[in-house]
Amino acid sequence: MAKNKKNSRSMSRRDFMKGFGSGVVGGSIMLQTLHAAPPPTTGTFKDESNRVELTLKVNGKLVQTKITPHTTLIELIRDKLALTGTKVVCNHGECGACTVLLDGRAVYSCHMLALDAHGKEVITVEGLMQGEELHPLQEAFIEKDGMQCGFCTPGQIMAAQGLLNEHPHPNREQILKGMSGNICRCSAYPKIADSVVAAAKK
Amino acid sequence: MPDIKQKAWRNDAFAKVTGKAKFADDLKFNGMLHAVPVYTDYVHARIEGIDVEQARNMEGVVAVLTAADVPGQIRWGQIQQDYHMLCEDKIRYNGDVIALIVAESREQALAAMPHVTIKARPLPKVLDAEQAMQPDAPLVHDDKGTNLVVHHKVRRGDPAEIDKKHDITVEHRFETQFVEHAYIEPESAVCVPRGDGVMEVYGSMQHPFSTRRFVAAMMGVSLNEVEVISIPMGGGFGGKDDTSAIVCARAALAASITGCPVKMTYDREWSMRESYKRHPYRVDYKMNVAKDGTIRAVKTRIVADAGAYCSVTPWVTWRSTVQCCGPYSVPNVHCDVYGVHTNNVFTGAMRGFGSPQMNFVIEQMVEEAAEQCGMDGVAFRRKNMLRQGEETITGQKLDGHTVSLEQVMDEVITAIDYHKKLKPCSRGKANGDKLYGIGLAVSYRGMSLGAEGKDFCAAIINVQFDGSILLESGIHENGQGSESAFILLLAREMGVNHDRIRYRRSSTSVIPDSGTTVASRGTLMGGGAVVNAARKLKSMMAETVAAQLGCDAQHIVFDGEHLRAKDSGKSISFDETIREMYQKQNFPHAFGVFKSPKVSWNEETGQGKAYFTWVYGCQAVELQVDARNGRVKLLNAVAAHDVGRAVNPPMVLGQYYGGMAMGMGYGLKEAVQINDGKISNDNFNHYHIARATDMPDMKAIIIENADPLSPSRAKGIGEPTNEIMAPAIANAVYNATGVRYYTSPITIEI
Repeated sequence: MAKNKKNSRSMSRRDFMKGFGSGVVGGSIMLQTLHAAPPPTTGTFKDESNRVELTLKVNGKLVQTKITPHTTLIELIRDKLALTGTKVVCNHGECGACTVLLDGRAVYSCHMLALDAHGKEVITVEGLMQGEELHPLQEAFIEKDGMQCGFCTPGQIMAAQGLLNEHPHPNREQILKGMSGNICRCSAYPKIADSVVAAAKK
Repeated sequence: MPDIKQKAWRNDAFAKVTGKAKFADDLKFNGMLHAVPVYTDYVHARIEGIDVEQARNMEGVVAVLTAADVPGQIRWGQIQQDYHMLCEDKIRYNGDVIALIVAESREQALAAMPHVTIKARPLPKVLDAEQAMQPDAPLVHDDKGTNLVVHHKVRRGDPAEIDKKHDITVEHRFETQFVEHAYIEPESAVCVPRGDGVMEVYGSMQHPFSTRRFVAAMMGVSLNEVEVISIPMGGGFGGKDDTSAIVCARAALAASITGCPVKMTYDREWSMRESYKRHPYRVDYKMNVAKDGTIRAVKTRIVADAGAYCSVTPWVTWRSTVQCCGPYSVPNVHCDVYGVHTNNVFTGAMRGFGSPQMNFVIEQMVEEAAEQCGMDGVAFRRKNMLRQGEETITGQKLDGHTVSLEQVMDEVITAIDYHKKLKPCSRGKANGDKLYGIGLAVSYRGMSLGAEGKDFCAAIINVQFDGSILLESGIHENGQGSESAFILLLAREMGVNHDRIRYRRSSTSVIPDSGTTVASRGTLMGGGAVVNAARKLKSMMAETVAAQLGCDAQHIVFDGEHLRAKDSGKSISFDETIREMYQKQNFPHAFGVFKSPKVSWNEETGQGKAYFTWVYGCQAVELQVDARNGRVKLLNAVAAHDVGRAVNPPMVLGQYYGGMAMGMGYGLKEAVQINDGKISNDNFNHYHIARATDMPDMKAIIIENADPLSPSRAKGIGEPTNEIMAPAIANAVYNATGVRYYTSPITIEI
């Protein structure tokens, strides 16, 4: 395990992901042991010797912590900070369920290292409400029923906020394009678009 | 028509938009361990030994479990107990699991994965269902002595009519693909061994009761020693049945052996590798038609690839049997459907359940037959469609509900202006680079389980002293909004505001086994139980205050949060009535059941009353094909379905959009790629599902013909919306390109 970690220390997230196998054993050669490293996925990191300092702001609060360098931003958010609203779905930078705001821009938190957020500000779905008040996007998603199973919804809302930060009054095409990085298998897409339109008016 | 502008309401909306909804992987317990599955590189192999020692000695690893550690059943399944929850003798497909690694952290468990080694002897693989039926084919399950899982048939009318020469015969072979459910939340289970000896299970599954059976079987305990607790779930589409239950059972095994809570959450790659898919079908279909456009006979042979395990293949293929001729009157039918084992990923329930494959075939056959008769496809359908009181191909008389096929078809034709748009279809002659086409498809769908199994459901209403109401049912919230629908039904039935009702997430130890939340049966069966429970409660409440209101209990109406004497208008509030009941030591507590009306089936003749009610639907789509590269752009889609009654119209629309989008994927994009038994597109970078930019304009038309056999008058909608988009697209592609595509997903060659 230590060997794998050392190897991955200087890797980028993409190299890290490419270098890791699929966690498969066996093969055409009997009794073969494939020393494949684990697949990219979330987990808790315990190796104390290999930790670096990280300072960032999450939902308005200062976070100072030590992490292993290959910790992804979603692992920090979910496992360390226990903010479970942000979801892991593909862990591959494809589906958008892990979307958070990094200095106001929507990013896939599964696809970047937590260290890349050093000194920056992260907003997750838990950071949207002002006290008891729902954020206009949250209100709009409720009003327009911009969801079905709800698993992708936090990511959709954060992507929508990223979009509205760039285009406060987006047209339909900008909305569809801006939201196309977020998969919804229930395909609430028309209602999600309606929710973004409604929120932009608020 | 229902008010679709009505404000959406769902009881879980706040939790979902704030991230407060806790799904399985969001749960944490003190001392919780993490389990991961171990796969092998084999597709079909005899296991000669599994060595777990090295893995067991890895840092943080608490246990490595194999089949040898299972105290109860290693093999389980809903119909045939052939699924090896941990493999002991053979690897039957590439998603088979040989061991579980349980460690203090997930990373430690993952690190130990490659250190489990297997000694195995590769066996010849069988990867084609047709070949698997040959006598010399390798056996997937040695003990079964055959790869045949099931054979269903329909024998109707005169066999001579089927083979005799008719005016027009249309005959084709169709092939459909493996499809992934791609529920956004991957499988996840958290099992907690309780002090009283009960195993508590929290998981992402759509069948808590089936999950309980899998868990209890693997642990070798009785059903009351396992409690599956419903939690929010991130989509299922039929896919969170067997595999999810097995993941729960494995986590429970690990929790039981270690004595600690255990979480087992799947990666997308594991999920796509191991979980069952929609069956690929090979369909040989022959339709004999008289010159005037009357369908005389259908002969079809259908081979479904069941993959390595049985799962619910006999049920899926049974629906294909019943619906093998679509919603048409066909006097002579000869149909054989085979489900066959191969070493491919196993296949099971998916939204549509054996009908998307058949509709892809039937609705193209119908258009082609119409063309050969020199008729318009719509006129051909009108001539042959089943109408009120007519008999289906299984001899079921369609009565007891409104047969609304023509109504839904006419709604769609009018809304999309079908006939006007049919004329300018390109038929292969491009206007510039673009080819334009419009197409439609219709279907009827038997609701709920039908003669597939026992079909009944329970609900409990428990009114508290302050008048607040707790409601629960045996139907599971998959994310589709069943809880909200039940709350609305109860509020309407009781004449109270829905905000006084809380849905109590049930557990398998509290409510009777009400079956699985599949087959578009949630609103129909669960809603029926809720309405029946409400009627019981109303009768108790009315009895309590009848004397006070000076009338018979039967003459009391419930509305505006009051109980009112019909004649005198004298009333008493709901709250006061409840207090009165407690005063009189009567609990305002009602248990309601809805049992499906009688259905029947004869396996030999393939005749019987298959389903007690049916949903009729029509969808049409306009599209553009780029003549340079064959790319298809969907422009506009319209759907109409007779839902009986729309309980929560905005959510019904959600089912329309979701079903249509998934159907578009089926028709044009989605296919699980299997190379030599191994799935190669195991994440969303290679398995493409519809995104916001892929959506055409969609219009959803809700048709309501209240169903007298359904206590809530509602039928179902989840699956009907998903089963006819692909054939509508295929017909539109034909009208655009002049070429028919008999294989899904459609890839246009230029």
